[in-house]
Amino acid sequence: MNKTPLHNSHLKLGAKMVNFSNWEMPISYTSLIEEHNAVREAAGIFDVSHMAVFDFKGGDQISFFQRIFANDINKIAHDDKAIYGPLLNDQGRILDDLIIYHAQEKFRLVSNCSTREQNSAWYKKHAEHFGVEVIERGDVGILAIQGPAALEKILAMGLIDPKVSELKSFGCIFAGDHLYARTGYTGEDGLELIVPNTDIEPLWDKALEVGCIPIGLGARDTLRLEAGLNLYGNDMTINNHPYESNLGWTIDMSDENRQFIGKDALKAIDQAKSQKIVGIVLKDRGVLRPGYEISHEQGSGIVLSGTYSPTLKSSIGLARVDQGYPSSGKVMIRNKQLNIDFVSPRFLRQGKI
Amino acid sequence: MSEIPGDLKFLSSHEWTRVESDGTVTVGISDHAQDLLGDIVFVELPELGQSIDAESDAAIVESVKAASDVYSPLSGEVVEVNSLLEDQPEVINSSPYEDGWFYKLKPTDMDELKNLLSPEDYSEVCED
Repeated sequence: MNKTPLHNSHLKLGAKMVNFSNWEMPISYTSLIEEHNAVREAAGIFDVSHMAVFDFKGGDQISFFQRIFANDINKIAHDDKAIYGPLLNDQGRILDDLIIYHAQEKFRLVSNCSTREQNSAWYKKHAEHFGVEVIERGDVGILAIQGPAALEKILAMGLIDPKVSELKSFGCIFAGDHLYARTGYTGEDGLELIVPNTDIEPLWDKALEVGCIPIGLGARDTLRLEAGLNLYGNDMTINNHPYESNLGWTIDMSDENRQFIGKDALKAIDQAKSQKIVGIVLKDRGVLRPGYEISHEQGSGIVLSGTYSPTLKSSIGLARVDQGYPSSGKVMIRNKQLNIDFVSPRFLRQGKI
Repeated sequence: MSEIPGDLKFLSSHEWTRVESDGTVTVGISDHAQDLLGDIVFVELPELGQSIDAESDAAIVESVKAASDVYSPLSGEVVEVNSLLEDQPEVINSSPYEDGWFYKLKPTDMDELKNLLSPEDYSEVCED
C-alpha cells in the first residue's frame, strides 16, 4: 500500500488509518465531529498527499488544456490563479474533476487519487499532439490548512511567504518548487500547499505547533458535503455528464472556435430534461446514505452522498433527482418512507448556516 | 482500551450481554465496537414486546461514517429499551458498558449463554 511522507507522523498521533484507493490514509485522529468543528471554528490541517499532481514542460500548453479541459484555461492563463472543472471523454461523460493552477508562467494540475493511472495516460496521449511533456510529480505532497483562523496560523508558522495573505480566492503563487494556493475542499478560507515530499514534515510539525488541529479524511468528507462540493466516484462517475452533476457552470462554450473533448456530445444534451444534483435534508430521525431511493411529486432520484452534518446537527446529502422537484419529498430508509426537504447543495456559505 | 467488565458475555460481532439480578438480560455494544464506529449519531432500537432470535438483527447503530446492524446475543422478548439513546446516542461512545446499553430482554433460553464468548475470548477476537 502507498504511504504519504507523513505516514509516521499520523501513526505518532494515534490516527486510525484506512485503505483509500490503495493509499494508507488517516480517517480520524480523535473524533470526526471534533475535527470537523475545529475546521469550522478555528483551523485544521489535512495531509492530502494521495492526490495526483502533474507538471508540464514545453510545447503549446494552453492549446493542450483548451483541448482536454471543459472549462476555458484562458480564464487563468494570464493571471496567477487556479481553475476548477471536469475532464470529459468524447461522450461528454466525466473522467474526473480537477484543478489547474497557473503561476509564474507554469501550470500544475491536481486530480483525484483513484484516477491517477487513467488520467496520466489520458494527459500523455493528448499532450503529445501539442509537444507538451507531462511530468507526474510522485515526489510532491499536499497539505491543506483550512478554517477561519487558517491564514493567521499560516503566518504564525513563519515558514511560508507572507504574500499568501494577499491572495484572493483561487489565487496562487510559486515559491521555488512550492505552490501555495487559496483553494480547499471544506467551504472555509485557507490554503493548499503543494510541496516536495522532503519539505512536508517541517511544515506539518510547525502547523501543529501553532495550533492547527490534524484532520482526517472522515471530517474532510463531512466538511466538503456541507459545502456542497462533489466527490468524484460518489456524486459523479464516468456514467454522468456535467449538467446532471451540478457542473454546468464549469462548461465554457463561449469560444466557438475552441473544440474541447466532449463538446459535441454536450451540445446534444437537452439540459431542460437532465436530472439535477440537489441538496437534501432529512426531516425525520435517521441518517441519509448513498443508494437510498428518493421520490417526489414529479419523479424520483437517488442519494449520492449522505452523512450526519455536525454543523447543521441533522442528516444531509446530495441526491440526483428528476427535474420538477418541489420543496419536499420522501426517502426510503430500510423500508420506511421518511421526509426530506430539497435545498441548495451549498448547505453552508463561508462556513456559516 | 478500557477493561472489559468480567460479568459480560459477547458475540464475536461485538455485542455484549449481562444477566441482571431480576432475570432479564441487558444488551449493548463493546468499547472496541464504539471505537471502530467513531462518533455515534443515530440508533434504531427494537420495539417493546418484540421477540428476537439470538444472532438476528435487533437494532441499527449509525456513526457519522456508516450504519451497522446490531445482533442479539440471546433470544427473548424486549422488555425495555434505552430511550436516552434517542437524544444522546453519543452516550454509547462515552459509556458503552453502562449508560449506553441498547435494550433488555426477558430471555427464553438461558442455555444460549454457553454459545457466547467470555471477556478473555472476546479480547482475543478484538486483537485479530
